[in-house]
Amino acid sequence: MQDLVNAVAEMMEDDALALTRKYLDQGIPPVDILNAYKDALGIVGKRFEEGIYFVPELILAGEMMKAASELIKPHMAAGETGAGSKKIGKFLLGTVEGDIHDIGKDMVHMLMDINGFEVRDLGVDVPAKRFCEEYKDFQPDIVGLSGLLTLSYDSMKAVVDCLKEIGARHKVKVIIGGGQVDEHACKYVEADAWVTDAVTGVKYALQWMESKA
Amino acid sequence: MSDVQQLFLEREKRMADAVALKKPDRVPIACLWDFFPARWKGITAKDAMYKHQVMFDAWVECMQHFEPDTVDNPFPLRGFGPLLDVLDFQHLQWAGHGLADDMGYQFVELEVMKPEEYDHFLYDMSDFMVRRFWPRVYKSFAPLENLPPLNQVISYFWGIHNAFFLLTPEMESVRTAMIEAGKASAEILKWAAAYGKKMAELGFPSSYGGFSQVPFDTLGDFFRGTKGIMMDLYRRPDKVMAACEKLLPIMINTAIASTKRTGVARVFIPLHKGLDNFMSPQQFQRFYWPHMKELLLAFIHEGITPWVLVEGVCNNRLEAFRDVPPGKVIYHFEATDIFLAKKMMRDRCCIRGNVPMSLLTVGTPEDVKAYCKKLIDICAVDGGFIMDAAAPLSDSRPENVQAMFDFTKEYGVYH
Repeated sequence: MQDLVNAVAEMMEDDALALTRKYLDQGIPPVDILNAYKDALGIVGKRFEEGIYFVPELILAGEMMKAASELIKPHMAAGETGAGSKKIGKFLLGTVEGDIHDIGKDMVHMLMDINGFEVRDLGVDVPAKRFCEEYKDFQPDIVGLSGLLTLSYDSMKAVVDCLKEIGARHKVKVIIGGGQVDEHACKYVEADAWVTDAVTGVKYALQWMESKA
Repeated sequence: MSDVQQLFLEREKRMADAVALKKPDRVPIACLWDFFPARWKGITAKDAMYKHQVMFDAWVECMQHFEPDTVDNPFPLRGFGPLLDVLDFQHLQWAGHGLADDMGYQFVELEVMKPEEYDHFLYDMSDFMVRRFWPRVYKSFAPLENLPPLNQVISYFWGIHNAFFLLTPEMESVRTAMIEAGKASAEILKWAAAYGKKMAELGFPSSYGGFSQVPFDTLGDFFRGTKGIMMDLYRRPDKVMAACEKLLPIMINTAIASTKRTGVARVFIPLHKGLDNFMSPQQFQRFYWPHMKELLLAFIHEGITPWVLVEGVCNNRLEAFRDVPPGKVIYHFEATDIFLAKKMMRDRCCIRGNVPMSLLTVGTPEDVKAYCKKLIDICAVDGGFIMDAAAPLSDSRPENVQAMFDFTKEYGVYH
């Protein structure tokens, strides 16, 4: 299915959909088709890192993946998630309290997902308390806090403080992301890393899981 | 000449010298105050948005305290709570309307124009605005969706009975909302005029007298949404181009008219979607820079100074940005490498910025001073520089803003 991988990686949206339909009709296992998409998105992410691709390509690739998942869903056996393969880690994600921006967060969600993480996305304007409750329930390896505004520094800090209170801070990595975060914000929040783009965030996450293994 | 008039002229000259790449008497300093004065005075953003007298007093006191070289008028885009309410405005969430009372407002991403509506927009933009855009963005005008196409209201056979459509009960609610919005707006503009007058009496020039955008940003921010326009670059690039071309003269003409009305020959232009990470160099050269350059040249031609707020990171755009006549444009940088910008634009453009919001919000006065010193030493050394925060002040700590002003006025004196 190299042709499908190429079509997605080269942003040939119509070709990608046509090929997806063709392979489904041919009875190719849905999981294999999804894997082709994952490979393609891996290439897209790499090209973003290399400065060949930019936000439009990340967004379009995500949309292609979404459209393909819709096509594939009816072909899946009951109970089959398509995610299928073994997860490499758990990632709890949300935009912090007071902030309603979601474009960056959604990109992180998509990329973490295709990179093998089980993602729990709490949405936007998420209070610190909710992060902690979900932490207890989900037991993530990494908590990702998104925020575009300077007011989000305090909300991010509140999540970290809450994780400390429940004795969980040393068990989990915290990464913050958004247009206004930098080393000063990271220090203030007491996060483990800060990023201004989704692809770099995934890189950190993969490194952390590797060193954990 | 009174002392205050003298002060006003001194400040104007300080700014003008910096724009013209000359050395003023000292480094000029100004900010986009956002809701900072409310925080500084201990009132909520909600109070500022709704109680005009409270905002007026707090802002006047704050400006008198910090004494910036230019000031922005908070009424049109901060003290407009009552107007947003009447309009049931959809592009923002604000204090008491989805957000807590002490929070500044936030922009809401909407896909107001659907992809299949480009043709309507291109064919008859005004009809699209009245019957599609307004009903969706100003929810109180939703029933306008049911009007007949405006271009079908002509004469005789086609027109004289069209007032019929205005008779329904739902249209009555639209008429009421329009009148109420007009009243709210008149009240806000009255306060805006009073504030402008007060500032002039205190010797503070206005920072800008008009607002504009690169057409790609307008199309993305207000019509298609960020995701929508990013996908359009692949799915319908020709329509994006046509829509940008349609918007360009509007972006030029409204801002020129506004500067004439206000008598302030500076236009504020924030950049949103042409950043390094947001599009490829090829996309930038096709969809963004040509219109941006035309916009800047149109203002310069009218004797207007464009003040371009370069949001995010634009290190790879500097080469393009410097392609403007020397001493005519202010580039205000957020997270772009301002020291690289200085190197590249030394002989071309006035540089403004960029004390990081993180330092102003969670750093110490010492951090802020150290950064300002570096800015002045490297960027201001031969003139052509205006001290400012990287972005609107919003949640900055008062003591850090104080440090930025005190240090700049002391250390930024040219000898």
